[in-house]
Amino acid sequence: MSAQAQKACLEVQDATRRFGGLVAVNAVSFQVKPRSVTAVIGPNGAGKTTLFNLISGALSPSSGRVLFEGVDVTAEPPEAKAARGLIRTFQLVKLFPELSAVENVKVGCHLRTRGGLLAALLRPRWARRMEAETEERARVLLELVGLAATADQPAAALSYGQARLLEVARALAAQPRLLMLDEPAAGLNADESARLATLIRRIADDGTAVLLIEHDMHLVMNTADEVVVVDFGKKIAQGAPDRIRQDPAVIAAYLG
Amino acid sequence: MNSSPSTILPKAVSVPARVSPRRHLAQAAPWLAAAAVVGYALVVGGYPATVVGFALIYAIFVSGLNIFMGLTAQVSFGQSAFAAIGGYGSAILTTQYDWTWAPAMLAGLAAAVAAAFVIGYPTLRLKGHYLSMATLAIGLIAHEIAVQWESVTLGYLGISGVPPIDIAGFELSSDRATLTMLTVCVLATAFAVARIRRSRLGRAFAGLAGSEDAARALGIDVARYKLLSFLLAAGFASFSGSLFVHVVGYVSPEVFSLHMVILSFTMLYVGGIGTVVGPVIGALVVSVLPETFRALRDYQDLAYGAALILLLIFAPRGLAGLFAALDTRRKP
Repeated sequence: MSAQAQKACLEVQDATRRFGGLVAVNAVSFQVKPRSVTAVIGPNGAGKTTLFNLISGALSPSSGRVLFEGVDVTAEPPEAKAARGLIRTFQLVKLFPELSAVENVKVGCHLRTRGGLLAALLRPRWARRMEAETEERARVLLELVGLAATADQPAAALSYGQARLLEVARALAAQPRLLMLDEPAAGLNADESARLATLIRRIADDGTAVLLIEHDMHLVMNTADEVVVVDFGKKIAQGAPDRIRQDPAVIAAYLG
Repeated sequence: MNSSPSTILPKAVSVPARVSPRRHLAQAAPWLAAAAVVGYALVVGGYPATVVGFALIYAIFVSGLNIFMGLTAQVSFGQSAFAAIGGYGSAILTTQYDWTWAPAMLAGLAAAVAAAFVIGYPTLRLKGHYLSMATLAIGLIAHEIAVQWESVTLGYLGISGVPPIDIAGFELSSDRATLTMLTVCVLATAFAVARIRRSRLGRAFAGLAGSEDAARALGIDVARYKLLSFLLAAGFASFSGSLFVHVVGYVSPEVFSLHMVILSFTMLYVGGIGTVVGPVIGALVVSVLPETFRALRDYQDLAYGAALILLLIFAPRGLAGLFAALDTRRKP
């Protein structure tokens, strides 16, 4: 590991978001290291998804900063952050329901492909080759998440668990530098969840940092290198999964 | 350090989608039906040729509308404004400034796309009903300008004596020549829409149609693609407006009234929104059907409304959707 590898992929500094009198996220700071899996956990309503939205650009923070690979991206809109390689999924799955599963993944290839109106109309050789590569890549990604058999079905026809996995495949199609997953295991059966855990480890080992919000403690303990615990909008603990499991503040938040 | 995520992927296993002969037939059926109607008009000529000619002009207009409303899932009640810019551009430049049809048509097209840019840039930030209201206003304003700006548009009187399109000195003034030219234009339009639909650009449109949040999260610049879709729709609207004035030889504000908007919406939904063939089959059916019920002429708009409602109930995906239902795909 070079010194560069130790530099944070994502750095959240005192991120705060107020909704009127409610402080949904209160001065939360943490870092995500490259090639690592970081999990954000906390009771329902702790502010996890709001925190996610602040990082992805869906919401702007009331104060605080978000640094991505050393660059201040706090004020950038979601599409600009995505172009930097910060790709997210949604807690309430947001697929393109009219498109087939494979078409959904192909939309995810947007940032990694080129071509506008002229390429569409004239379809030069490079555009045809790119289309073929996009199609193949999309099917390979579906295979990776275990959805090869449903590739040509409309996304609306997929089960809830399948839809979640499809969203992960679509996000991977954008070749993220940081993949943010908002409760990816919700609605997955045991098989799918185990497959997802393996996949998340594989993604991280291959060089893409992963930040996930998750309720499934089994998944968190199996995949995460670092766990950030939030409660009532504040970070109450951070550390390796084993340590977090024994942290009195965490136990109090979950049980008390 | 910059290892590519693609290395985690297993070997490519391409599973090509199987296309059954039955599916081919289902795809070809609406095109064959359209070809039969146009073919009949070509053979018979006269009044049927005129009706089908208008239908083909509308098919181009509705195809453009389909890019914005079908592929991109936005709403515009104001596309008649861009048809008016194209139509009046062609009429004014050819009759008052003695331009030939091609540069006049291109100038009209450029003006319509420029107007769409100026209008679309601020209004496309609006969503849902607000965007609908804004676009409705655009159509009404364009109509009002055509009425009031008498020194240029001659108001209600309209501009007559617009020359027909000529190619290499041969004037396309006969029914059959006009119909052939319009058929070529419609095929070119449908070809363009089909190619856009199955491209990176079309997927960006489909993405923002499906979920703007998800599209932005995947790096799709939603505002930019919405505007591009609007400009494309305006371009086809302008093209159809220019064709209209050359085929009819006359233009007045009435041509681009609210009636045009209602008619085009009916065609889009009757034919099948979001499909390539839908606008073509919709334009033909909606144009030809009233002719078979001429006695009901006073209730024409009422009939369109009724047809629209009945279709939304019984064939929510339009006639193209009905044809597609012929294709019973095997479940895996």
